[in-house]
Amino acid sequence: MTQMTRETLFNLAMMAGLILFPLWAWIADEPFMITLATKAVILALAGVGLNLALGLGGLVSLGHAAFFGLGGYAMGILASHAQSYSPILETPFVIEGTKSMPVIWLTAIISSGLAALAIGALSLRTSGVYFIMITLAFGQMLYFFAISWPAYGGEDGLSIYVRNGFPGLNTLDPIQFYGICFTVLTIVLILCARLAKSPFGLALNAARQTAERVETVGISPYKLRLVAFTLSGMITGLAGALFADLNRFVSPTMFSWQTSGEIMVFIIIGGVARLFGPVVGAVIFIALEHLLGGLSDYWHIYLGILLLLIVLFARGGVIGTLAGKENAHD
Amino acid sequence: MKLKALALASCMAALTAPVAAEGLKVGMITTLSGGGAGLGIDVRDGFMLAVSQADRKDIEVVIEDDQRKPDIAVQLADKMIQSEKVDVLTGIIWSNLAMAVVPAAVAQGKFYLSPNAGPSVLAGKGCNPNYFNVAWQNDNLHEAGGAYANTADYKNSFILAPNYPAGQDALTGYKRMYEGELAGELFTKLGQTDYASEIAQIRASGADSVYFFLPGGMGISFLKQYADSGLDIPVVGPAFSFDQGILQAVGDAALGVVNTSQWNKDIDNATNAQFVKTFQEAYGRLPSLYASQGFDTANLLMSAMDVADVSDADAFRTALQAADFDSTRGDFKFGSNNHPVQDIYVREVIKEGDIFTNKIIGTALSDHADVYAADCKF
Amino acid sequence: MSMILLAEQVLNGLQLGVMLFVMAAGLTLVFGVMGLINLAHGSLFMIGAFAAAAVAGATGSFLLALIAALSAAAAVGALVEVVVIRRLYDRDHLDQVLATFALILIFSEGTRWIFGSFPLFLNIPPYLAGPVTLPGGIEYPLYRLTLITIGLSIAAALFWLINRTRLGIQIRAGENDREMIAALGVDISKLYTIVFALGAALAGLAGALVGAIQSVQVGMGEPVLILAFVVIVIGGIGSIKGALIAAILVGLTDTLGGVLLPALFKQFMEASAATSIGSSLASMAIYILMAVVLIWRPTGLFGARA
Repeated sequence: MTQMTRETLFNLAMMAGLILFPLWAWIADEPFMITLATKAVILALAGVGLNLALGLGGLVSLGHAAFFGLGGYAMGILASHAQSYSPILETPFVIEGTKSMPVIWLTAIISSGLAALAIGALSLRTSGVYFIMITLAFGQMLYFFAISWPAYGGEDGLSIYVRNGFPGLNTLDPIQFYGICFTVLTIVLILCARLAKSPFGLALNAARQTAERVETVGISPYKLRLVAFTLSGMITGLAGALFADLNRFVSPTMFSWQTSGEIMVFIIIGGVARLFGPVVGAVIFIALEHLLGGLSDYWHIYLGILLLLIVLFARGGVIGTLAGKENAHD
Repeated sequence: MKLKALALASCMAALTAPVAAEGLKVGMITTLSGGGAGLGIDVRDGFMLAVSQADRKDIEVVIEDDQRKPDIAVQLADKMIQSEKVDVLTGIIWSNLAMAVVPAAVAQGKFYLSPNAGPSVLAGKGCNPNYFNVAWQNDNLHEAGGAYANTADYKNSFILAPNYPAGQDALTGYKRMYEGELAGELFTKLGQTDYASEIAQIRASGADSVYFFLPGGMGISFLKQYADSGLDIPVVGPAFSFDQGILQAVGDAALGVVNTSQWNKDIDNATNAQFVKTFQEAYGRLPSLYASQGFDTANLLMSAMDVADVSDADAFRTALQAADFDSTRGDFKFGSNNHPVQDIYVREVIKEGDIFTNKIIGTALSDHADVYAADCKF
Repeated sequence: MSMILLAEQVLNGLQLGVMLFVMAAGLTLVFGVMGLINLAHGSLFMIGAFAAAAVAGATGSFLLALIAALSAAAAVGALVEVVVIRRLYDRDHLDQVLATFALILIFSEGTRWIFGSFPLFLNIPPYLAGPVTLPGGIEYPLYRLTLITIGLSIAAALFWLINRTRLGIQIRAGENDREMIAALGVDISKLYTIVFALGAALAGLAGALVGAIQSVQVGMGEPVLILAFVVIVIGGIGSIKGALIAAILVGLTDTLGGVLLPALFKQFMEASAATSIGSSLASMAIYILMAVVLIWRPTGLFGARA
């Protein structure tokens, strides 16, 4: 454990920051700062999902927007039916909409997990850049489908006027909703840390480095990767449901390849295969977006230059640079 | 029930919160970066021109860039309401962004003045007394296109639009007024840049006219390719493909094409003449219809400020409904759903010196309101 | 559907395909030789179109505009290669994705800063305007025929370059074994700059050629970029032949899908719904094609077997 101390210390500081900053915003009555922090935490969660496939499994997916969007639409469809008191399905049996977060989360996790299983089963036949592109293709299919499918708003998306409920909490209060999201992120981070150390995580990591090695001991790398990809899709789907609840709105933009790219960018900024990589990346990205946005109409130039500098001079991401190279991905 | 409780709670909050009686804060969320920035910049410039001309001290405008992304727009709206504590929101260009922002904003007791988008839901079932549309309901210009087709005696139209809600609304709007037959109906891909295949189908269809709704770059591509195809069937479209910002990029291909609009720079009234002149002086370019909408939005807002204080929501709402301001469109009033009742003109693209622009050649619909007003119950 | 209409649509698909090829050729070369994923390739397409529009506006000559597009894109490409890209060759794909994504932001907003937020004007020269009548009575725009000719000529020139010239030998060697050709005394960094600039020039040329019948605006490069990636992946990365075949396949799928699918659905459902569903499927068609090809052949049609 000792060689991990600097990174562990850094991670603990990050967690402390994620608790203290919203508390400060709450006391200072800056609700928008809490909203920004919530956005960062949710996008970090999406990144943690992708990082499971990308960092641990070496599966560079440019199609995770598919799961993010499915999670979002799980929320949108259930809540819009609950909002209009019309059942989703009447025959053969009745399925009602719902405004309960736990039910929505479960639906989001299951539907994105199933999608990830199907997309993964097909995509994992390829590798390298081909894998990047085939996942992109699946994401694009869902994107164009969502745009042109009129039942749930098409490109206009779906507005949910009131945030969904969580038993015992007032989700409309920004700090309480932040608390929910932060708790979910913490739980998922703990699970991911355990997963990485479990036999499954070790085998997956080994399969990333040399697939032959795990094959010789009788484990199929394909199955390992498929499980990792499915879990990864489930987490990103959950993040999608939370993101939709943050905005009280879903739209096909959640499916766009730019969304996939952004989730990936968080991981690269923070540090690939680092447990907290996506968290750091998402926080930095959201902060930059917020701070640079007011500078000029052409603020994307500054954002681009900063990102470029990070790639060129902060190798291994921000965590890699700050916490040293030990345990870095290869 | 929950929704109502929330609306009530936020109205109460708005009433009890200490509001500075002397000033009004406007939050403008619009598209200032990326490919669609031209429209947002025009709305902003038109709006700010009116504000600076009025030279008042009691109005403060906060402007933010939504990057044409709905989630960014929603977060900016949260920021404006929660942190900036604005009284009025405005600025959104695109229907999908408006659908994301407007319902929540008005539910929190804010006023929203739309300078461009007018999705049908917000005009009908989803209307709200605090939501005012100063531009048009999305169907309006397309209905005018259909009405023009009747007067031009078109019997067999070919119609096309991108496959997304505003596109489907556009073709519905056209068909609502148009009395002839359809030679064909096509939905293209959103963001499509090549229309060779569609043009071939138009050629094969035996149509006597073409109506298209392809906003922005899509329209530029279509018109250039259509002109080059050698087809000489008349084309009609809404003003969105013929605004001042993009006409220069279409060039000769647009010359003589008929389009429908609620505004043009040659509408004969003093406000409009003054607007066109001062806009050119201030920004060095001719105003587009988007700029006129931004200008009208600001003037409507300031006319209400003269009569009522925004902290008295009911009085302020009544003042807005009165629409007692000098519009660049001349006559302007609101219907029962706070959407415009206005004339829609037929324009033709001409060349003035080196500049392509439009001239009014007729009126397609007079005092036109939208069909969704009947569904709107405040 | 009449045969004439179908023939015209095939020509349209072919035209889209060859232009995609010009765009994709540079991408696949850069990937094959340097192993670099360049998301900013679409920006070079845009730079070509803007350079052409600016020069055509100033001089009125379309030929000069094309030359300007070629040289501007090649110059920007070479500059970017020297300043940024060459630091990325030994990085993994992820760093390349992020860096070139950052370049897109810089190029897009930089272009908007220089040229303003409104689309620019670029038109077909008068001597290429209007339709010609082809055998069989097909009326077809002369400019699109020109595009097909230019695209096929570029394809032929590239095949010659790769297979018959010294540069081509070096490029092919570079695809197979980078260390080896450096050991043989080839100035590898110069070779990389040349290949990158060549790819950039082709993208810029495609931008100018296509820009004349489209809207020259910021962001015009990204949709084409995605299509170009689809093309090089279907064709097999690094293969010029694969890129050509895949480009034409994608062009035909996209064009014919948009025509045939709605017509197909009209056979058994109401017209409006058929148009809507057919169009939805058509917009997904090329991605379905790509997924099917990759499931069938995981390294594309002509990619090196793993």
